[in-house]
Amino acid sequence: MNTGELKTKITELLAAATFDETGEWLNIFVEPKDWLPLAQQLRHEESLQFDYLFCLTCIDWKTNLTMVYHLSSTIFRHNIVIRSVLNNDNPEIESVSHIWKTADFHEREVYEMFGVNFLNHPDLRLLILPDGWEGKNPMRKDFEDPINMIKL
Amino acid sequence: MSDTSNNSETFQAPPSGGGGGNGFPGQIQEIPGGGVVLSKLDDVINWARSNSLWPLTFATSCCGIEMMAVASAKYDFSRFGFEVARASPRQADVIIIAGTIVNKMGPVLKRLYDQMADPKYVIAMGACAISGGPFFYNTYSVVKGADHIIPVDVYVAGCPPRPEALLHALISLQDKIKRGLTREQIKSGL
Repeated sequence: MNTGELKTKITELLAAATFDETGEWLNIFVEPKDWLPLAQQLRHEESLQFDYLFCLTCIDWKTNLTMVYHLSSTIFRHNIVIRSVLNNDNPEIESVSHIWKTADFHEREVYEMFGVNFLNHPDLRLLILPDGWEGKNPMRKDFEDPINMIKL
Repeated sequence: MSDTSNNSETFQAPPSGGGGGNGFPGQIQEIPGGGVVLSKLDDVINWARSNSLWPLTFATSCCGIEMMAVASAKYDFSRFGFEVARASPRQADVIIIAGTIVNKMGPVLKRLYDQMADPKYVIAMGACAISGGPFFYNTYSVVKGADHIIPVDVYVAGCPPRPEALLHALISLQDKIKRGLTREQIKSGL
């Protein structure tokens, strides 16, 4: 599918989705609450079949946290980017690890680095950071560590 | 060699304070029918040790790639006695800290060093191992110099150092061992 067809198809699936075509791939903005049902459709819809989640990360824009999912289809070779702006006070979004298994580790990393809570994640605990780290998220822009960090 | 000369000739002039340089540390003492080599046992031991240093296979980032280049045919540190890279610290003599040491890696590095048999030597390769390098500022996870964890004998500057620089460091370490000036040797009185 080309970008126009993808837009039409995704608008059918989720009328509330908004688009940004400035980048290499079609960017789709969705509300966190709409993400899980959309993800299931993206994975299983006959004409889409996004079977490969090749990047899952989060961005701290200081004003908000934004989840970013890069999806690809190994069958149709089309790519999209899903972005979801999270609630500032309580950053949480549904886990998609049961749809794309790779999301399991990626979500654990985003959980420890950005403090995003993934609902219904099977095993949401620290991935890279040492035990007992809970509560401080080093990739947040406001992260402070006066013991280890030398500020420039 | 002239018959009328002094009956002792310097086999290889050792620099003051021990058997430095690359040759055998000792003097030939001429006696009728030949000669004997006079040397100090400590110097001979250091000379022998310095020419067979087995490095530990240990690399934590891009300096490791340069270290592999030094091990391969073009630079080839086996010419200087470093050919047998060991995957076990118990069989290694020298650890080349090739890369960034993060706080989580610190205890692992300490443990590897502790598991190495004496005498053991340490080379800090590159900016990260020396001081944290490009990760000195604004990071929560990087150790600002591997010498916060284990003692270092030779530092090599660079990011990463050229293979020639690492070779120079290895030769410098050999020279230091021959002179008996590494930390281990001073500690044990060798």
